[in-house]
Amino acid sequence: MNGKLYVARSSEIAARRLGEEMMIMSGRDSTLFTLNEVATAIWEAADGATALDEIVERDICPVFEVPLDVALRDAQSLTEELAGHGILLISDKPIQGSRSDPGPSGKG
Amino acid sequence: MQEMSAKALKLGIPLSVQLDLTYRCNEECVHCYLDHEDHGEMTTAEIKGLLDQLAQAGVFFLTLSGGEILLRKDFFEILEYARALLFSVKLKTNAVLIREQQAERIRSLGVEAVQISIYSHRPEVHDAITKVPGSLKRSLNAIRFLKARGLKVIVANVLMLQNVQDYPGVKALATELGVEMTIDPTITPKMDGDRGLLKLNVDEDALRQVFTDRTLVGNVEEFCAPPKKPGEDDLDSLPCSAGHTACYVSPYGDVYPCVQFPLPSGNVRRTRFLDIWHNSDQLNEVRSITARDLPSCSQCTHVVSCTRCPGLAYMEGNMRGPSTQDCEKSFARTGIPSVNLMSKKSSAPPLVQIQGISPAVPAGLAGATQMRA
Repeated sequence: MNGKLYVARSSEIAARRLGEEMMIMSGRDSTLFTLNEVATAIWEAADGATALDEIVERDICPVFEVPLDVALRDAQSLTEELAGHGILLISDKPIQGSRSDPGPSGKG
Repeated sequence: MQEMSAKALKLGIPLSVQLDLTYRCNEECVHCYLDHEDHGEMTTAEIKGLLDQLAQAGVFFLTLSGGEILLRKDFFEILEYARALLFSVKLKTNAVLIREQQAERIRSLGVEAVQISIYSHRPEVHDAITKVPGSLKRSLNAIRFLKARGLKVIVANVLMLQNVQDYPGVKALATELGVEMTIDPTITPKMDGDRGLLKLNVDEDALRQVFTDRTLVGNVEEFCAPPKKPGEDDLDSLPCSAGHTACYVSPYGDVYPCVQFPLPSGNVRRTRFLDIWHNSDQLNEVRSITARDLPSCSQCTHVVSCTRCPGLAYMEGNMRGPSTQDCEKSFARTGIPSVNLMSKKSSAPPLVQIQGISPAVPAGLAGATQMRA
């Protein structure tokens, strides 16, 4: 990954945590996604101000015991896919005005 | 979606909630089941507090309905709050109050879909049902405003005696507007139990016409096929999502299993939503019922494919009993009477009154008449 990549949650979505997974519906095409624990951690940390590599290093590698290079590659692939559905915003600069709170979680 | 529902069921999460913001309405539809007087709607703060609780409970799909939702002066404040909590929001409205400005606001707030009631493509029929002259024109204008902004619009066509022949016209209109259409051939009793509205329900011939319309049901042979014999697992299945992964909250904070299932289960003004959801005796009773527990329906040949509504059964007097309206649908669809319909037929009083007057009345015709009583 060359340079910093910033990711932010789009406000054009619906989202809720169901157990350990995050359910997200794209506002663009109503596609429903289930994010696993790792993807959920990235999505929840996507505040627009923290670079993706920092998120991965801080929230993914120590928790899920994944090597940094592998985690970073997977994270970039995931964020690009989610961005393609309008679920995440990606920029090489910090993203202003994005939500700082990922919203409540349903614990049942 | 099925996977999501299964997970919510396993975790005990109310995936879908319908919240009626008001029972007040600017139309006076002949078939409406609501009392339109305001008996003390929840305030803006109460609704926001409830939305916080629903989000915490894990609700994903939120339907805002009424009454007419846009009659609430705080409607957009509530909608904005709901979207900030990341609900997938669907609106049910007659859309009479939606102009370009409102349509733009709805789009900007990321509403998933807007369902709009259209009873006929003919103003004289639609407006006679709503009792508001010009209402069809205004609702159609609203659909165009919403559609022009890329919103998903669903035309809801409730069938009753007054408009049963007009659904092809509504379908053509929906196609022309580029929107989806749903048909609901069920008129329900009033929420206070008054069953007088049921006389507006379409008759068996009209139901059969709808169920054999290829443009509506697709493969008619498959849709109207005789019911399959139930397997053991089928009898362990749940009747519907009401009380399991879905519920309804009235404008006064009353919680019910579903908008069509007026079993009072708690009130969010007195008890936190999650406490009601987890601990209500009523909801837990609803949850305990499987197809096997339905004395009549478990013995019925239609048990697998029937659209039995437990709420309509409840309004008939027994939540474990049959819903006769759904029995009639199964009969219209397949030509095979349900256990309930046959029971009603066999328990009908003997025709002693007409003996000697018209002894030649064929039993089959008499039976058919009884079945629709």
